[in-house]
Amino acid sequence: MAIKVVLPTAFTRHTDGRKQFDSNAANLPGLLTEIDGTFPALSTQIKDESGKLRKFINIYINDEDIRFLGGDGYAFQDGDEVMLIPSIAGGL
Amino acid sequence: MEYSCPNYELACNECGKRYGNRPLSACPDCIAPLEVVYDLASAKGVFTRESVAQGPADIWRYARLLPVPEGFQPDLAVGFTPLVRTAKFGSRIGADSLYVKNDAVCFPTLSFKDRVVSVALANAQKFGFDTVGCSSTGNLANSVAAQAARLGLKACILIPADLEPAKILNTLVYGARLIRIDGNYDHVNRLSTLIADEYNWGFVNVNLRPYYAEGSKTVGYEIAEQLGWRLPDNVVVPMAGGSLIRKIRKAFNELVFLGLVEKPERPVRFFGAQATGCSPITTAVRQGSDDIIPQKPNTIARSLAIGNPADGPAAAKMILQDGGWAEDVSDVEIVSGIQELAETEGIFTETAGGVTAAVTARLYADERIGRGETTVVCITGNGLKTTDVLANRYDRATSPAIRPRLADFEAYFRSLDGQPEPELVAAGE
Repeated sequence: MAIKVVLPTAFTRHTDGRKQFDSNAANLPGLLTEIDGTFPALSTQIKDESGKLRKFINIYINDEDIRFLGGDGYAFQDGDEVMLIPSIAGGL
Repeated sequence: MEYSCPNYELACNECGKRYGNRPLSACPDCIAPLEVVYDLASAKGVFTRESVAQGPADIWRYARLLPVPEGFQPDLAVGFTPLVRTAKFGSRIGADSLYVKNDAVCFPTLSFKDRVVSVALANAQKFGFDTVGCSSTGNLANSVAAQAARLGLKACILIPADLEPAKILNTLVYGARLIRIDGNYDHVNRLSTLIADEYNWGFVNVNLRPYYAEGSKTVGYEIAEQLGWRLPDNVVVPMAGGSLIRKIRKAFNELVFLGLVEKPERPVRFFGAQATGCSPITTAVRQGSDDIIPQKPNTIARSLAIGNPADGPAAAKMILQDGGWAEDVSDVEIVSGIQELAETEGIFTETAGGVTAAVTARLYADERIGRGETTVVCITGNGLKTTDVLANRYDRATSPAIRPRLADFEAYFRSLDGQPEPELVAAGE
């Protein structure tokens, strides 16, 4: 099983410019642990001091916010595109 | 694509790191939103009631406290909309000192968004963008399209596909490229972020966002000035992303710091308004929390339909901090709110204004706001853009026409409202 992880430019200074990579992680906590090993500087960028994902980062699975799919409990499906993206405000 | 300015620059809300002036919305280190910070001390004695009074009758009278580059020549007379003391609306809901800040008549496109877009585009030009864009629930689309046309910039605008027809036409007429997206605002916004990442475009609510958001402060400056340089006790503000409510407070705090208004004994309380069909911020406030749980919007108030509000945590926190509150109302109440405000004050607002009007009524009914307190209600958009919600509300809009004869007129008039007795009194009697 493989998923594709997609990153916007804001995160690529810690991935040697790579905007996407493949992963075999089973879920979001698994992916974050994997990033600890493969891109430690990215890990520091996207997690706060307590090791939790920063609140201003949204995770999308294909076109859906992971929070609508069960959050950390969502089991990645083969072929999922997982996007990490800074949350951008809008509206009033 | 940077410029320096002695008066202001970008800073991270969380870690405080400063970034000068460039098209950037999130801190590269900690991903938190960036905000414009000012050297306010240098404005002391320069930005005064007198200096403001000498300025033009638009938002540019406050330019010293806005992130507009040196040498910027304002082109459009944006803002400075009426602050109307209510008569009938206030007495109907039990309010003795209630004001409406009426951005339904903001120039040039009849919404509050004209303020933020003018500040964003001043920076877009300075950064050298020749294409600007936005993701929008409608009003922003209208304003970016119009102001880009005026400034000779190309515009590319992304909207959720189900937007009101009037808002779509009000964008296309200015020659903007409009792209309807099969998804809700949060989907559209995510795509905008990706586009701004790939192309060298100035997205007003993405990479120009810190500048854009500062334009919201002008609502606060105007309220204070129009009240005779004093702050109200309460402000009721519609919330979508949760930005406006915070910026009004920022404006008030700046005016206190600079001595243009006295610091009130009790902090100004802020009350947030949302539609029940999209109420992530009011839900958090009611739970006494700033933890926002995203929702899938389902409301006629499409301009407030942001289910995942990025400024929501900060908005919820400040509302609770200063003793304010937040409420949400149903779609039926929204339409009633629109009608109430129109019938009592002659102000025709869009669905977001219906939300704000209905929430205001509830806040008085629940005694969260005291009868004698001075309260300002922020109306942010014009009803002509959302007339679809009033379709079928008025039978007479489609009732058969009468013949152009006096007898027919009198018979018809007597039949109105089921009134058996005529109100007609013949001339001269």
